Amino acid sequence: MKILVCVKQVPDTSGRLAVNPDGTLNRALMQTIINPDDMNAVEAALKLKDETGCKVVAVTMGPPPAEGMLRELMAMGVDESYLISGREFGGSDTYATSQIIAAGLDTIGIDDDDLVFCGRQAIDGDTAQVGPQIAEKLHLPQITYAAEIHKDGNTITVKRVLEDGYMMIKEQTPCMVTCIKELNTPRYMSVSGIFETYSKPMTVLDYNALKDNPLIDKSTIGLSGSPTNILTSFTPPQKEPGKMLEGNDMKTCETLAGILSEKHII
Amino acid sequence: MRIKTELANKEFDSSKIAEFKNVWVFCEQREGKMMPTSFELISEGRKLANELGVNLVGLLLGDNVDGIAKELGGYGADEVIVCNHPLLKTYTTDAYAKVVCDAISEFKPEAFLIAATNIGRDLGPRCAARLHTGLCADCTHLDVDMPAYKDFLRSASTLPEDRIDKLGTIMLKNNLTDKMEAHDVSRGLKMTRPAFGGNLMASIVCPRFRPAMATVRPGVMKKNPFDQAKADAVKITKYNVQLSQDDMATEVIEVVKAAKKLVDLIGADYIVSVGRGISKDVEGGIKLAEELAEVLGGVVGGSRVAIDSGWLTADHQVGQTGKTVHPKVYIALGISGSIQHKAGMSESECIIAVNKNENAPIFEIADYGICGDLFKVTPMLTEAFKAAKAAK
Repeated sequence: MKILVCVKQVPDTSGRLAVNPDGTLNRALMQTIINPDDMNAVEAALKLKDETGCKVVAVTMGPPPAEGMLRELMAMGVDESYLISGREFGGSDTYATSQIIAAGLDTIGIDDDDLVFCGRQAIDGDTAQVGPQIAEKLHLPQITYAAEIHKDGNTITVKRVLEDGYMMIKEQTPCMVTCIKELNTPRYMSVSGIFETYSKPMTVLDYNALKDNPLIDKSTIGLSGSPTNILTSFTPPQKEPGKMLEGNDMKTCETLAGILSEKHII
Repeated sequence: MRIKTELANKEFDSSKIAEFKNVWVFCEQREGKMMPTSFELISEGRKLANELGVNLVGLLLGDNVDGIAKELGGYGADEVIVCNHPLLKTYTTDAYAKVVCDAISEFKPEAFLIAATNIGRDLGPRCAARLHTGLCADCTHLDVDMPAYKDFLRSASTLPEDRIDKLGTIMLKNNLTDKMEAHDVSRGLKMTRPAFGGNLMASIVCPRFRPAMATVRPGVMKKNPFDQAKADAVKITKYNVQLSQDDMATEVIEVVKAAKKLVDLIGADYIVSVGRGISKDVEGGIKLAEELAEVLGGVVGGSRVAIDSGWLTADHQVGQTGKTVHPKVYIALGISGSIQHKAGMSESECIIAVNKNENAPIFEIADYGICGDLFKVTPMLTEAFKAAKAAK
């Protein structure tokens, strides 16, 4: 049994945003992190490894520097990792991305007692689409928004969060689960893990390694093959600079209450 | 357990775009009750159908849900396709994706809208992948009509007029022939969504495949006034659902409603949120926020720090990984204003920020800022608002 965990390197959004003059994201100026929800997926897999001794494999699609992220994950306890990388894959939308990652997972091989874990969504796109689309491509059932995962043999039971409560869902392996932060607190890298990470296997899967996989449809990969395309991207007009009120005493608060009351906001 | 699925219409080809017609809305119900956001989507779908000159069709799945179908007509649906089956009583990806994709493969709508709820965002991508078409997540603005879309850009973007003016086609390389091809998007669905807290916006098109699919953020689209005559006149079509236990890989053991009433951030007009600034006295800080919220008739929210630190439960979280809110007034107490927080609240009508650090990014988007200690300022705000409201 193994758990394949799909992860993504993303710009850190816990600080300020760096934007190019043309309105695109200045990725060079922004720090990259492992997507937060993906960390919960990794932790969920490592917990199951602690319990069952199963193997944990991390898979990402991205540019070559994403290797650094995979090494960090292997220092946390991930056994093996795959980097799907190639110019042909660049600019893919969620459909094309999921097709490529599904082909990667299929190439690695998904056995009947395996699980695929993903984070719910990546903070650079917020689509939450790649997990379910990978599952569809691989004909795996899916459970999204997992806040608890229990495994008993080949049966997994998952608490799936809804806006107004939750569902308990039971499924047989193999299947795909997307993880949310309520699931766990990710562990840190260990010292021995850091020692071992460079001796753990990391394989690069490029276009040539995947192109003959039946899941790959050349007409729907990369920027021009993606079913969705960006017509325009733009920045909204700068909001009028807000008003800093003078002082911070009762008079200030009364002034504010007066303005809001006059404008019928309160 | 792997399950192979086949579409009811085995000839379905998403690239034959001329065969597709009408706008469809997935009308989500839970436990036989329509989700309010379904009415928002029907209203928005009405606008798009008018621009296209086609019919608006609601797609309703459930078990004996005929009774709630007609109401959709009152908000603008011409027709409701009702899919009843015992296996559709509770949402499962397996059953719902099969029936939705079957119906789409047979009736071929050109656009398909789904509310971006936890269920819609589970269903949408699964269906788009099966139908081999494009899906845009969590949209906040939709257009078909090109002049209307350009007017939207003129008011909502900083794009220069010459760039807006020439929009109409999109050039794409054909991966099989390596040739560039022009695709006309003047009649296609233009799906606009924010990224990175609304600092960037993108309009997405799906020029080569149908239906163009969008999940739509709840609470954003305006609901039409209800029209009883239209509700009475709506056409109801029963769909012949093909579904059996063999199509189901998942088993829902139970559905549990939250015991504690969860805070309704999305529907709230007034939100008072707390962040890292309350760390020196968490209970005291929350109490002050509650008192202020009470005076305004609002609710308390929190930043990611407040939730991750366990000060407030997850249903209170505003931001990228929490809720996106658009209240009349949003008061941020001791919140610095990271990108991920702004992503959830920058669309508020009026933002008030209280922060000790005069350089906090929250002040860049606040309509009114007070630089000071929230533990001192908040009780004064409560008192001042109370007095102002009493004076009315």
